[in-house]
Amino acid sequence: MTFAPEYHDIPGTTVFDGVQCRRGYHLNQFCMSLMDPANRDRFKANEPAYLDEWPLTEAQKAAVLRRDYNGMIAEGGNIYFLAKIGATDSKSFVQIVSTMTGMTVPAYTAMMVGGGRSTQGQLSKRQNALAADESEQ
Amino acid sequence: MARITAGIGCSHVPAIGAALDQGKTSEAYWAPVFEGFNWTRDWIAGETPDVVILVYNDHASAFSLDVIPTFAIGCAESYAPADEGWGARPVPIVRGCPDLAWHLAEALILDGFDMAIVNKMDVDHGLTVPLSLMFGQCTAWPVTVIPLAVNVIQYPPPSGRRCYQLGKALRRAVQTFPQDLNVQIWGTGGMSHQLQGPRAGLINSAFDQAFLDDLTRDPNGLASKAHMEYLRYAGSEGIELVMWLVMRGALGQEITELRRFYHVPASNTAVGHIVLQPRSDGDRYEGFAAPGTELGVPDVR
Repeated sequence: MTFAPEYHDIPGTTVFDGVQCRRGYHLNQFCMSLMDPANRDRFKANEPAYLDEWPLTEAQKAAVLRRDYNGMIAEGGNIYFLAKIGATDSKSFVQIVSTMTGMTVPAYTAMMVGGGRSTQGQLSKRQNALAADESEQ
Repeated sequence: MARITAGIGCSHVPAIGAALDQGKTSEAYWAPVFEGFNWTRDWIAGETPDVVILVYNDHASAFSLDVIPTFAIGCAESYAPADEGWGARPVPIVRGCPDLAWHLAEALILDGFDMAIVNKMDVDHGLTVPLSLMFGQCTAWPVTVIPLAVNVIQYPPPSGRRCYQLGKALRRAVQTFPQDLNVQIWGTGGMSHQLQGPRAGLINSAFDQAFLDDLTRDPNGLASKAHMEYLRYAGSEGIELVMWLVMRGALGQEITELRRFYHVPASNTAVGHIVLQPRSDGDRYEGFAAPGTELGVPDVR
């Protein structure tokens, strides 16, 4: 039997635990280097070359280059570290975060102004699966 | 004797700082957020403390993944605003209070809380946005600050119970500092929000309002709330709310709620704010001798 933490039951969510920390250590440390303006300039001048200075996996590099934030999270990135990439791109947190939801920035902003994403159907994968089974019957 | 005169809870959304720095406070989107703090700005102008113990979390600014302290206390003379990737915020240097900070560090460690001691660090929006909300734009902050950084980024953060107990230990430690100082404690972060994955943008106002109610009326019960509940119901970043329990623990049992404000949204987040005042020093703890305050002649025979 495989041990799975309870928080794996939360839909659309990756908790930054020890497994993610080990997976994303270098990715997150690369992000942290962007706090230095000189490093930001070097990164912007040649992103692949700058990334090659770090012991990142090819999947991590590709996710950074595509600005695929869900991909970066899956590869061990933590949002507060990844936000340094967004800041380097002069993007706001809303602009960064909305890309992970499949929504446009205006649609995402409208959802937030309307009270945010509802918890309906967002609390438990198991609960959602049960509800789906019941609706089929 | 130093004394804790009030506790403040507030969110520390970075976009609030950016809105203030860029002169957007009267725009339709931001005006309700800043108006929500008007009462407190007026109140604190008449109640300005000497020192704020500011409980916050660093957001990958001072602490990388090399070292992740669960609780860290700043003992430095001053702290510079951090460059978080878009240049440092144009806000004043934060002046520390090393005399009280070192007293707290020593007292807390000897009282069972194994604090990390920080002699040099930059402070990010987690610390400077609350200062901006309370004091607006200024050339110098009117208070000294003791940063108390809590890890809420790397799972697991300290439990709500442990945070609440740390607050109680802070109260004991402040009360054994001989200098007459007016000390406030602020708990920051939250409220419900999630900044990652397809569930990003989650807001749970019912959770947030219940949290504020319990913070005032039943903090001991609230301290039992498990991490899983925060993560599931308040969003993966909503777990920052455990930091408010440090503040609450430092106020003693009997408090008066002076002010509450709640608004959605600021950027991706629900904004919460509360001002609490201890009713007395009546539950002052006497059984703990802080370092350097022992009297009498040592027995060296």
